[in-house]
Amino acid sequence: MQLGSLQEIIDQYIHDGQSVALEGFTHLIPFAAGHEILRQKKRDLHLIRMTPDLIYDQLIGVGCARALTFSWGGNPGVGSLHRLRDAVENDWPRPLEIHEHSHAGMAAAYTAGAARLPFGMLRGYVATDLSSVNPQIREVRCPYTNENIATVPAINPDVTVLHAQAADRQGNILLRGIVGAQKEAALAATTLIVTVEEIVESLAAPMNAIVLPHWVVTAIAEVPTGAYPSYAHGYYARDNAFYLAWDEIARDRDRFTAWITTHVLCSRDHAEFLDSLAVAA
Amino acid sequence: MTIAAARLIWPGCVCFVGIGVPSAAANLARLTHAPDIVLIYESGAIGTQPRVLPLSIGDGELAETADAVVSLPEIFSYWLQAGRIDVGFLGAAQIDRFGNLNTTVIGGYGKPKTRMPGAGGAPEIAHHAKQIFVVLKQSPRSFVAQLDFCTSAGFLNGNGERARRGIPGAGPQGVITDLGVLKPAAGSQELTLVARYENVSVDKVRAATGWPLAVADIIDVVAPPTADELRVLRDLHKRTDIAHAGDARRFRKTPRPSLEQARSIA
Repeated sequence: MQLGSLQEIIDQYIHDGQSVALEGFTHLIPFAAGHEILRQKKRDLHLIRMTPDLIYDQLIGVGCARALTFSWGGNPGVGSLHRLRDAVENDWPRPLEIHEHSHAGMAAAYTAGAARLPFGMLRGYVATDLSSVNPQIREVRCPYTNENIATVPAINPDVTVLHAQAADRQGNILLRGIVGAQKEAALAATTLIVTVEEIVESLAAPMNAIVLPHWVVTAIAEVPTGAYPSYAHGYYARDNAFYLAWDEIARDRDRFTAWITTHVLCSRDHAEFLDSLAVAA
Repeated sequence: MTIAAARLIWPGCVCFVGIGVPSAAANLARLTHAPDIVLIYESGAIGTQPRVLPLSIGDGELAETADAVVSLPEIFSYWLQAGRIDVGFLGAAQIDRFGNLNTTVIGGYGKPKTRMPGAGGAPEIAHHAKQIFVVLKQSPRSFVAQLDFCTSAGFLNGNGERARRGIPGAGPQGVITDLGVLKPAAGSQELTLVARYENVSVDKVRAATGWPLAVADIIDVVAPPTADELRVLRDLHKRTDIAHAGDARRFRKTPRPSLEQARSIA
């Protein structure tokens, strides 16, 4: 386990063309890490996330992605992800190949990936058009009951990036609150990068808490408020007003580009990004 | 629409809810006639009792007030797929006469006119919940003869096809719109108008439907909202609006840079 700055970790472990999953289901979305990927102008990434959320809207809008595997691509409670839509509808700023699932299908794919099985299975996708537009959704016949069960290939990202509440000095990671499919995405990946709110002497984790032990973690960066405008349970709340405001920013290509340039590209790190939002306050 | 949907929920019902009208309706039921309803959100919150409506499916409020918070693979496999859900509450952009739903694209999939968020939990909620309630506004654009994409299966082509395909849940047993309520007919399973709101004529509902609408012999009139229902719903929305205005003060005060400024920095 390596402890370092977010800049050096992203530089060292994320490369053009890789498959990268920044997971976190509404909660603990690794925004700071996503912004650093954006600043370092990584290209041709195959992005993986159940809910692309604002962070993938941003990465797609600046042209970091060639492909997207996902299961729900909206701004939660608000509406569309306009940059994702523009990429799919108009190939702007570049064409985006999409691999579309349902949540249950993608959860099964991550679970299989974590267990190093070739595929996940579920009772699902029956009589929907999803299996006709995603040839990866197939069926297997159960050897015990002869019934047909839907299958999805395992997802094994080159790199999974998570944000968590805390790490201890050894590099053990504690996650709590709504935990999505983070544990599965973490254990499915070849490389696991984690940003944390803080590094503590002891996690004092309750028994049965979700702890990712240090020996499955590749690198850790301490990035306070690293999930903003998503949230970190016990540290700060989701900035729902930001999500509402994003709808208007992302609707227009020029306004989006101006926002990204001013707040992300012109900030050296996450602290400066947060300052850039606060400066005018 | 929210109030009519809430009335369909019974005390003790185990309800899997999505964001928007479904979430408002389920919480209204909890705060009025069904205090012991079990609310489950796909983010893994089981038995949650939010004080305000969540903006997203994973707001911290849902976790804080839940009996249990589990992972996504667990919520979909052990809870939904295992058949532990009484009612799944869904919205949609398009519905057809057999209650099949589209939340994926308008137009062709490869080059859509409008790309929507997609499936999320809906296909498997529609598959496994013991029954489904669908809430959406009724117009010829949403009530279509032919879906552009089938995201979630209702009764397929009706006449028992759903059961013959081995889909366990009973499918859409109530469709609540801003004009009335539709239920599947026995046998054909075609959605049939069974109730309308006061001041809404059957002709108006027909005109808002993109196929020749089946109409029950006797059409009920949905009882107008009671004072209590309105008060509770308004309070809930008010608390919610205040809560979501939140931290954004920082953000809102950020002036939009001019394009020239932005380009010169870039």
